[in-house]
Amino acid sequence: MGFDQYHEPPEELPAATRTFARLCASLTEEAEAIGWYEQRLALETDPEASAVMRDAMGEEYKHFSMNLEFLLRRNPTWREIAQGILFKAGDIVEHAEEAEAEALDEDGGAEGGYDGSLGIGGLRGAER
Amino acid sequence: MNHLLRSHAPISDVGWKLLDDEARERLTPALAARKTVDFSGPHGWDYAATNLGRIAKLDQPPAEGVTGLQRQVLAVVELRADFELSREELRDADRGAEDADLAALDDASRRIARAENVAVFHGWPGAITGISEASPHEPIPLGDAPDAYRRPVASAIERLLCDGITGPYAMALGREQFRLVVESAEHGGYPLLDHLRKILEGPIVWAPGVKGAVVVSLRGGDFQFESGQDLSIGYDSHDAEFVRLYLQESFSFHVVTPEAAVALTA
Repeated sequence: MGFDQYHEPPEELPAATRTFARLCASLTEEAEAIGWYEQRLALETDPEASAVMRDAMGEEYKHFSMNLEFLLRRNPTWREIAQGILFKAGDIVEHAEEAEAEALDEDGGAEGGYDGSLGIGGLRGAER
Repeated sequence: MNHLLRSHAPISDVGWKLLDDEARERLTPALAARKTVDFSGPHGWDYAATNLGRIAKLDQPPAEGVTGLQRQVLAVVELRADFELSREELRDADRGAEDADLAALDDASRRIARAENVAVFHGWPGAITGISEASPHEPIPLGDAPDAYRRPVASAIERLLCDGITGPYAMALGREQFRLVVESAEHGGYPLLDHLRKILEGPIVWAPGVKGAVVVSLRGGDFQFESGQDLSIGYDSHDAEFVRLYLQESFSFHVVTPEAAVALTA
């Protein structure tokens, strides 16, 4: 079994970082699956097959969204930037630049994020 | 800017990073409750209560022919530990000093971590029911000899199994008990810490503030810590010499399965 989601030696990583990496990998897989279904549906001519795949793609939307929400809850800075970009009309790049500037400025350039917290969160899996 | 008012403080970006890193480093080893219970959130500073899904009947409805019920919630509590730092020390840190005196922050970190542990494991009268006080199991004495700890730990697990509470299990150990366990070896030189870990099939956690020890199931769903504002450093005030800051968090804690833990008394 491979452990490709780790870029650094897993035994040196804190448990929370390993969990974060797993969910990042899962997010990537769901996004890939959405892309694949999009391509398959673009070519499929059998309406029944299309209906099945559209239903499956809905599952991938759900999985992707759950992964994303988990990751955003664990990373306040990412969450704040996402809040400035997602579900907003207008210029995406402009919103992104503003959100990034506000997120990093508000926290005084330090880590933490939209709420200024230390971002400690849950520590299950960490013994010391 | 949010309620922490961090940008009002006379502290540079470098200074804030130093303080946040220092607090994180000091808090993480001591936050034993977060290593043993389910954590959700952070839900934000404005998060005020946890839904318990229960109701209370209301007498005397406002009009005839109707009944009234009131939802029961668990109110979020706030913990705050104030501290004061020398502005001169922070200025030196900006100049590159690597030995800035942050002892007051370290002390505040210890205080708030200890308070969180005590609230979760032993309770906070009028605010939180702790794990050990909710447990229906008779507390088991640990005894004086740490090399005999395996027996009460095994007894605790057996009691949990009797109630259908599966593992793995974790043990939160008070400071003195942790020290005794770490320094003890059994006959033959086998470290007691490793033996206890094998019995628990889970971690042994250093838990400042815990009296004795508490064995809990890690299967999930039994103990819920809901974070509103996660631990943060906020700004209070300053003068020419000192800046007054505070560590703060808001949370609720709910014991869902009281029988999923056993207290071990010192």
